[in-house]
Amino acid sequence: MTLVKVDVVIAGLGGQGVLKASDILAEAAFLAGHDVKKSEIHGMAQRGGSVHSDVRFGSCVLSPMITPGEADYLLVLEATEVEPHRHRLRPEGRLITPAALDPALLPSKRSLNVGILAVLARELTLPIAAWHAAIDRQLRPDLAGPNRELFTRVFRYPSLTGASS
Amino acid sequence: MPPPRHLWSGNEAVAHAAFDHGIGLASGYPGTPSTEILEVLGALGGPARWAPNEKVALEVGLGATFGGARALVTMKHVGLNVAADVLFTAAYTGVNGGLVVVSADDPGMASSQNEQDNRRYAVAAGVPMLEPRDAQDAYDLWGLALEISERWRLPVLLRMTTRVCHSRSVVVPRPRELPTAAPSFDHDIASRVMVPANARRAHQRLRERLRGIAEWAETAPIAFEHRGDRSLGLVTAGVSAMHAREAAPTASSLELLLTHPLPLARVARFVAEVDRAIVVEEGDPCLFEQLRAAGIEVAGRPEPFRFGELSVPRIRQLLAGDLTPDPEPPRGKPPELCKGCPHRSVFGIFAKHDLIVAGDIGCYTLAALPPLNAMDTCVCMGASIGVGLGLRHVLPPEQARRVVSVIGDSTFVHSGLTGLAEMVYNPPATGHVVVVVDNGTTAMTGQQEHPGTGRTLTHEPTSRISFEAVATAMGVARIAVVDPCADEDGFERTLLDLLASETTAVLIARRACLLAARRVREAERSKNSCSAGGGNP
Ligand SMILES: Cc1ncc(C[n+]2csc(CCOP(=O)(O)OP(=O)(O)O)c2C)c(N)n1
Ligand code: SF4
Repeated sequence: MTLVKVDVVIAGLGGQGVLKASDILAEAAFLAGHDVKKSEIHGMAQRGGSVHSDVRFGSCVLSPMITPGEADYLLVLEATEVEPHRHRLRPEGRLITPAALDPALLPSKRSLNVGILAVLARELTLPIAAWHAAIDRQLRPDLAGPNRELFTRVFRYPSLTGASS
Repeated sequence: MPPPRHLWSGNEAVAHAAFDHGIGLASGYPGTPSTEILEVLGALGGPARWAPNEKVALEVGLGATFGGARALVTMKHVGLNVAADVLFTAAYTGVNGGLVVVSADDPGMASSQNEQDNRRYAVAAGVPMLEPRDAQDAYDLWGLALEISERWRLPVLLRMTTRVCHSRSVVVPRPRELPTAAPSFDHDIASRVMVPANARRAHQRLRERLRGIAEWAETAPIAFEHRGDRSLGLVTAGVSAMHAREAAPTASSLELLLTHPLPLARVARFVAEVDRAIVVEEGDPCLFEQLRAAGIEVAGRPEPFRFGELSVPRIRQLLAGDLTPDPEPPRGKPPELCKGCPHRSVFGIFAKHDLIVAGDIGCYTLAALPPLNAMDTCVCMGASIGVGLGLRHVLPPEQARRVVSVIGDSTFVHSGLTGLAEMVYNPPATGHVVVVVDNGTTAMTGQQEHPGTGRTLTHEPTSRISFEAVATAMGVARIAVVDPCADEDGFERTLLDLLASETTAVLIARRACLLAARRVREAERSKNSCSAGGGNP
């Protein structure tokens, strides 16, 4: 058996929807049939401090935490949070920041978390139906529709700016 | 059809397991990382309620099991210190319906004041203990804990940790078939009245039961053995088992689910089959000490591994005998009080007057950080009042007069009332001022209700405890209530006036937490429309 495993760290500040983004990613991977583990520290998230969440999926996931220096992707919702989390990424890993997103694509700052997930989704092989279903399950009904549309728009956008590592 | 599959946290898994196994009563007090268990159970429609503190929660749970119901009691690790008095003697009385006590430990102290290892409590109190490795285990071991509790009639500790409570993973729920009986009371004075004559017999009975469980455990499905390379064998439990299998995929391992009492012969057999056996455990060397005391040749870990969480890279280091300390990870932005939080006004005034602040635990503990630096002590819930009084008693008068105790509303109900009794009973010569920062919620842990909010766990209206009335009834000399945001000057004047009065005083700073305010308004509105409609049904 070959072990397929994808490790994604999502980081940002409390209130930016980091944990929601990681819930959507974990749910999408889960709905696509993968083994999934997602881990984070709760508690201080509402009070504006640094927040991060680890999502791991593949054929078999053991530890819920991603080893520093081994993450495949680092998604950061706030530029100041890049440095504190950069060491989580493996050398060839991909850093995805808000700079990867044409601001014109985002209806509001609050949808940055879903927008940046769509940038990640372009690089993964999870089916778009799983993403849509995950958004429906994880967001309030009145938010799910607009976020699904935003996700699709970014997912299908011909070319994104500055998506560099 | 394939069995249903869920992506649950350990806490969600416990809530669902309790719900699926016919829970009769669930009680607890909020505390990270345990809080969501009762919240989820309440949302499922289960019989979940918040108690004023963990001791009361465990007493209520024990009473329910004496009545023949199944009970779940949840708390964070330090909560078990508060409930310990109940636990130790509940092990003697035993239970009728199953009683599962969740202790959610916090190695690494993501959100706690210490990293005590509650596995010690299972040994000290003599209660069986199970430790889930992930959310699937949390579901399965809840059922197993119930089965053990009902078969041997003992409370069972389900010891979880932050990475099990708060990590989501795949769960296929398979409830156990355990026959339930309708609650009903049978007199059994000899078992439940712990006077010395009965308690002596009860202690013997407890040790017999533990021997019975240890014997059963030798062959029961309470451990997983992975047969790998025989040169290295890992004895492990909890989430450490997951880290260990990833860190050393070719090693043999024995992953224990029941960690008290231990299946010693089984461990000895495993250890005899490998060249080198190492105990991989987070926190105190609990497993190591018990195995060595039983004469089993296992190696432990060097002292640095006692501190903080284990992880895959730390276990790789442990196995390689590498003691270089981990590089300090870069620091992120620390949390701070929300902009406009009422605690900011209160602590701003404390700082302005350079008060000596005996503090407590809650969101307001963040006031100890820069720029406010306005809290001088924080030990455990409720300690603000006793510590403040102790300082008042011994400090020279010019310092003693500057001492205040500050305590949150949820903390005041949890363990501030006895402090108030002490203040009235043994008043310091300079008097004392207790400031209750009443933001109408348990904000720190995510805005739970408590007996001072007048709403239940699911936000339904119930009776409310009035702090002013309690302080009056206890005989506190002066009592004032001020909104520290709407009337900051008034709050400052009142505080200085009470400090100068040199009597016992309670100053209630009442202003809703910003995050809870909207929920409170909604609840009030629905309550009003309810009473306007002719009272509660
Ligand atoms: C014995 C014990 N139980 C639970 C906790 C977790 N905890 C810390 S403070 C707190 C209550 C905070 O509420 P409150 O006093 O109202 O202050 P707020 O956060 O609202 O400012 C809780 C539940 C703890 N530290 N110790
Ligand atoms: S959650 Fe409430 S109590 Fe806590 S810092 Fe924010 S406003 Fe203050």
